[in-house]
Amino acid sequence: MSTNANWKPVASALAAGLLFGVGLTISGMTRADKVINFLDLKDAWDPSLAFVMGGAIVVHLILFRLILRRESPLFGASFGIPTRTDIDMRLVGGSALFGIGWAIGGFCPGPGLVSAASLAPQALVFVASLTAGMLAFQIVERGLAPKAKLAEET
Amino acid sequence: MSFTTDFTPWSAAAGGALIGLSASLMLLANGRIAGISGIFGGLLSPKAGDIAWRLAFVVGLGLAGAAMYLAAPDLIQMSDTRSMGATVIAGLAVGFGVRMGNGCTSGHGVCGLSRFSKRSLIATLTFMATGMATATGIQLLAGGAL
Repeated sequence: MSTNANWKPVASALAAGLLFGVGLTISGMTRADKVINFLDLKDAWDPSLAFVMGGAIVVHLILFRLILRRESPLFGASFGIPTRTDIDMRLVGGSALFGIGWAIGGFCPGPGLVSAASLAPQALVFVASLTAGMLAFQIVERGLAPKAKLAEET
Repeated sequence: MSFTTDFTPWSAAAGGALIGLSASLMLLANGRIAGISGIFGGLLSPKAGDIAWRLAFVVGLGLAGAAMYLAAPDLIQMSDTRSMGATVIAGLAVGFGVRMGNGCTSGHGVCGLSRFSKRSLIATLTFMATGMATATGIQLLAGGAL
């Protein structure tokens, strides 16, 4: 297969990343104090950021259903939609830890990556430690995998 | 320390709508979920043929950040109340947590809730609850600064 066939999904991912990044900055998600004031209910609560998720869901809720009427995506063989429905401790524990870190720093992953482009030291440090945290989980997951397999077999 | 930020529902919803459009574009073009922790995390355990689009998405995020910062520097602001040490701990917790929980605000909060995923609903309720409890706790116990 020629490399020419592969540029379309890459170009559309670039466009989606640009659009996502512009949306994050306009929305206020890249202002760490605004994020903290959204999560801190004590005083001067700023509920603005609830409207970010609201706006995103209203748009995607509708378009998602229209898009899935197609047999396949424009530049791929099939849609890769998660199908799991089980609730486990990994999902709940990981999400709980994420929420704690989000409130400690004022960044979730997307706004962290977007903000790092401003070269602000705090954003760069966040992205570096975000990467380290992800790698740490990979190592733990790999360490646990053989044992989990063993437990399944026995 | 307490501070106020302006209530900005319109720009928040407009930015959110662009995020929804981006997630829709990702699905229509590539058949993928626009979950940032999954897209970025996938680059840390790279598989052949599965790298370029991930890199392109993250580069897009960075280019958008650079362009918006040059056009309107106020849109990207660091916190006045969080130290560098707190930021390190935050990054480690977020990185570990989102990979463990298979998603963050984008993958679970936007994409998952839009398709009424039960897992994403539980994830979103969980990280909103612990996020609010932590930020409120920092305000009550440490005076809002870390």
